[in-house]
This record gives sequence, structure tokens and C-alpha cells, in this order.
Amino acid sequence: MEIVYVYTKKRSEFGRQCNFSDRPAELHVDILPDISLAANFTVRDPCNVTVQCAEEMSEHEVNTERFESESRGINHVEGGWPKDLNPEDMEVTIRYRKKVEKDEHYQNTIMQIAGLMEHCCKQNNATDIYQEFFEEEDDEVVEESEEQPSAKTINVFRDPNEVKRTATSLCWHPDGNHKLAVAYSSLEFQRAPNDMSFDSYIWDIENPNKPEMTLKPVSPLVCLEYNPKDSHILVGGSYNGQIAYWDTRKGSQPAEMSTIEHSHRDPVYKVIWLQSKTGTDIFSASTDGQVLWWDIRKMSEPFERLVLDPSKKGNLDNALGAVSLEFETTMPTKFMVGTEQGLVVSCNRKAKTPAEKIVCTYSGHHGPIYALQRNPFFPKNFLTVADWTARIWSEDIKESSIMWTKYHMAHLLDGCWSPVRPSVFFTVKMDGTLDVWDILFKQNDPTLSLKVCDEALCSIRVQDNGRFLGCGSQLGTTTLLEVSAGLCTLQKNEKAMVSEMFERETKREKILEARHREMRLKERSRSEQSREDEGKEADGEESTEELVARAEREFFDIMEAEKKKEWNEERQREKVKDEKGVCEEKDFQEEHETNGIANAELVSYSDHVRNPFYFHNLMYF
Amino acid sequence: MTAEVEETIKRIQSQKGVQGIIIVNAEGIPIKSTLDNSSTVQYAGNVHQLLMKARGMVRDIDPQNDLTFLRVRSKKNEIMIAPGKEMYAFLFRIQKPKQM
Repeated sequence: MEIVYVYTKKRSEFGRQCNFSDRPAELHVDILPDISLAANFTVRDPCNVTVQCAEEMSEHEVNTERFESESRGINHVEGGWPKDLNPEDMEVTIRYRKKVEKDEHYQNTIMQIAGLMEHCCKQNNATDIYQEFFEEEDDEVVEESEEQPSAKTINVFRDPNEVKRTATSLCWHPDGNHKLAVAYSSLEFQRAPNDMSFDSYIWDIENPNKPEMTLKPVSPLVCLEYNPKDSHILVGGSYNGQIAYWDTRKGSQPAEMSTIEHSHRDPVYKVIWLQSKTGTDIFSASTDGQVLWWDIRKMSEPFERLVLDPSKKGNLDNALGAVSLEFETTMPTKFMVGTEQGLVVSCNRKAKTPAEKIVCTYSGHHGPIYALQRNPFFPKNFLTVADWTARIWSEDIKESSIMWTKYHMAHLLDGCWSPVRPSVFFTVKMDGTLDVWDILFKQNDPTLSLKVCDEALCSIRVQDNGRFLGCGSQLGTTTLLEVSAGLCTLQKNEKAMVSEMFERETKREKILEARHREMRLKERSRSEQSREDEGKEADGEESTEELVARAEREFFDIMEAEKKKEWNEERQREKVKDEKGVCEEKDFQEEHETNGIANAELVSYSDHVRNPFYFHNLMYF
Repeated sequence: MTAEVEETIKRIQSQKGVQGIIIVNAEGIPIKSTLDNSSTVQYAGNVHQLLMKARGMVRDIDPQNDLTFLRVRSKKNEIMIAPGKEMYAFLFRIQKPKQM
């Protein structure tokens, strides 16, 4: 049966504004039960009901403990000699051999075999049956067939201790790449459990079950580096600020440690070997604001010290804490430090006074700079990984980076360039994903994004051949990955294209910088004319209280302006509502949108200037 | 007869690209070899197993069939193995493959 409700409206009333009103519910149709219909049905008796009587079971999965296996080999030594013969005895063996040779059966067989053998030999010599035709064309065909970039896990090295620590730093063995040194420590302040082990391990990549060697420092190591010239020496910076070095030939205890009085006061976040004639110089950086230079033969005292004070006065209280260091052997006088405050400080080693040591700073990040590395092919450009983005900078442009990734959902904790391809770099995030970026292929998104584990990935290192990379996680699991061939073979023209790209972006930033400077000059001259009393100085000479007060003032001003604008808009909207009438949903939406865009444009001009991200979008779309 | 055998072996040895010849008997004792002792022993031990496996495979697929020759080509060289009757003897040589 059909239930119909008819809505009617007079044609003359079409287009009128809807007046909504409330009224109580009206009952339109009520179908009462009709008992006479029951006569069409009979009661079923008996009814079949299924009941199960069985034990309740549940499914569980169990994984056995890791089975520790060791590889052993058996060597085949001469065998088969009859029992009475001593294989060491030369005469006897020779005699035996001669006897065998005289045997007829032997001779016949040899003749047969020899014939066969000769035939094959001659065959081999006649033509190379395994010759590859179209070798050069083969390569091109392979390239065009565009293999999907991929990476697969080869091995996983787990922290053998019960209490898991973060794998904070990795370093590949300089020759042969068969070993990986991993530093384990817990970077959470005072949350390290009491029985946490301090050891760090050197793993052989073939054997993930047991580390090849243990390093036993006095305090957990935060960073670890092999000496590129002497692969037996490793230096490590520890959590308590000391530096220690090991000789793998001598054992697990450090060969020498720096004295506590002269070491850092905070964990040493990065240690790098320097280029020197003796090959024993290192320098280290820590969040206490100092960069110290050491000679490992004399660890009692650093031979040089630099305080990262941006005001160049050597004041330790003002100093910026250093979290990463960069040193390129092709430019031995320069080095860069990434700080906790998000600044990259470029320094010159050869400067005479400590004030001159700090050459310039690059700002643009919002958080500590966890990784800092120059592009191995274009040392003028460097990569920084901090907060939620990775940025590429050019040395000449100090105000902003020339290229940057979008803001991700998770913090980026480490990154590095690929040593074989200038356009590829890797980053790891706090949600356990590894991103491979190829800036020639795609700039907005990573070319490959791989979830390696569920916990945060804290460190990554690529091997020198660019094919293998190791990443360390928060629970101490180091994963060894292999990337596909496409990501580690140099493409045609790659260097030229990347250098063009960097130049283009650098030029763009230079133009923007020039414009900003002009605008700032104009503003400053205007403000100086109108407000001579306030005497604004821009360069960090304001005390912190003044800065805070100024920031507060500006913030409240902006808030007030926004509030006023919104209020005005509301008033406008209400006016529009009364005037227009029916079918105003659409109009309303459009109005709102146009208002929204207008609103954005009206947001203070200074935001435009300060937000190159937004500007960049405007320019390019 | 032995002279002929010697001659044949020498002839094979003199072929282009041949690095060495080893003759091993059924018990695994190298009878004749142009390489040094340790390499000979290594080759003899390893090849024996491979030969058994190859022969087993050929026989498995077709019981009437039998292995006549085995070539193992690697990046650096090529090993050619000829099994004799009843595994009595096999000799192999290491030849540098051309145009690597």
C-alpha cells in the first residue's frame, strides 16, 4: 500500500523567502494492526533452533625467540687417499699417482674425455658464445623502461640488551663497507633507566644476530665516527660531554678519554674528523654552546675552543647550543654548525680573533637542526633537516633557503645526501618513515616514502656507494636497506640539470632578498621620520624584555584588527541577508569566499614579506 | 699409451686461454694437475659435489640421459668439467672467457 504526502505551493509564491516556523509533530498515517490477516498464517511447531556445545577457543600467535645461528664452513682437504697411504708423504703419493696413470682403463677414459674437452675448447676459441649483442642499446632500453624506485630491507640489527636505547648515530666502516658502528644512548633527559647498558656496538652486516664488537664507554655514546684514514680508530662523543677514542685492535675499552674539566658540559652531539697531516684531529659540538678541537693523542685538553655566541663576544650564556656539525674536506677552512635555535652558523677556522670566527648565520628553521650536510657534488649548497621540513640552502643567500619541502605531519629527525647522485637525498621522520627525495623528478613530494618501523627513526647514514643505507630507530633497531638501481646510478645530464636548478633557485632568492631589503629600507625611513623617539634598532641589541613586549604589542594589534574585520563582515552579511532573500545560500557562499580571499590579502603586508612560502605560491601559480 | 695421454693433455693445455688442467679420480685424489697443490685440492673438493648434483639432476629428469659436459661460467673465468665413465676421472680446465 502506498503512503503519499503531497507538498503544494502556489506558483505566485515561488521565489519567496522561506519563513521557517516550529510546530508540533502531526500524525499523517497510522496503520493499525489487522488481526484478520493472521488467519493467513499458521503457527510453526516445532521450531528448529541450532545450539552448539563446544569449547570456546581463541586464536593466538606466538613467535619463537630469535634463533641464534652462526655460520661455519668446512674446508675440504685432500681426501680419498687409501688408508695405508700417508698423504703428507710426497714419495708415496707420487708413486700412487704413477700407478694410476699406468692403468689402461684410466688411459682410455682420459682419451675419451680429452676429445670432448678439446672440442669444447675449440668451440670457445672460435666464437664467444656468450657475447652480448646490442650492449649500448641495451642500456638505453633499460633506462626507458623506468623501473619504479624502491627500497627493500636487507637486514635488521636489534639492540641485544633488554632495555632498549635509541640508536642515535651510525657510521659506516670507511673501507669495504662491511661494518656499521652504531652509537646507542637515551637522549631523554634523566629518563634513562638505571640498568641501561652504556655499550655501543659495531655490527658486521652479514651477521645480524650478534654484534661483532662492543665498545664500552663510561657514559652512553651519542655519536660515533670512524677515522676515514685509519679504519681501526673510532671516536665517540658521550652523553656526559666527554670524548673518547677506541682502537678496535686494542679492545672494548676506550684507548683514551678526555678529561671531564675540559670537556663539554652537555651531551656531545657530533664529532667529526678533520683533515690534518697527522690524521688525528677531531672537533666536537655540543648544546653547551662550544665547539672544541682536539688532538686524540692528547685528550687532556682541547687545543682550540669556540663559543657560538652570535653577538661575537664569547659569552657562554648567550651561546647557541650546537646540535650538528658540518665539515667538508675540500674546504678545510670553513665549517658549519647547526644550532638548537634553528640557526646555521658558518664559521671560518683560520680567523684570527674569535669574533671573526663566526662569519654568518642562516635562519629559517623553527627548531633544532638535526642534520646539516653539503651536497657532495655542489658544496655551495647544503641541506638542513629540522622541525618539520628539510631545506636546501645556497651559501650566498642568508635570509632563506632556496628550496624547501612542505611541512610534514611528523618531525624530521635526520637526513643526508646520496653520495652518488646530486639530486637525491634521504630523510627520516618521527613516525618511522624514510623518505627518498629526488629533486629532479618531483619537488613537492618524496619520490619514495617507506615505512620502516613503528617507532621514530632517529638517524640515517648512506654508504659510500649510495646503494645501502642504515637507519637507526628509537628502540635501537638498525635497519639496513637497499635502494633500487635507479636511485643510485647517475643519470645522464644529472649534474648539469641539478646545478641549473640550484642556480635558478638561488637567483630567485637573490631577487627576493633585494626586494625585501628595499622595502625594509623604505619602511625604516618612514618610521624614522614619524617616530624618532622610539629609536628602533633591528639587530638584536634590544633586550629580551623589550622584544617580548614588542611581540606582545604586535600580536594584540593583529588580533584586534582581525576581530574588527570579522565583526564588520558579520554586520555586512546580516545586511545582505535581509536585503536579498530567497536562494541566498549560493550567494552567501560566494560572498564568504570573496570576503575570505580579501581577508587574506588584507592580512598585514609584513606577513607577505616574512612568509616566503606564501609568496612563493603566489609567484608560481 | 701413456705417451699419448701426455700428449693429449699437453695439447689441451696449449689451447688459447687455458689456465690449468686437473685430473681427479673417483676417490677425489688429484692425479695430475698443472696448478699448485692447494688450489688443486680446493677445486677437486668443490667440483665433485657439483658434478654429483648435476648428474643426479639430468638422470632425474630422464633416466636414459646422462651428463656429458658441464660448464660453469663466472665473471672472471670459466670452468669446464668433463665427467668420465663411472666417475672414474674427470678433468677440468679454467679458461678465461673472452670479451669480458
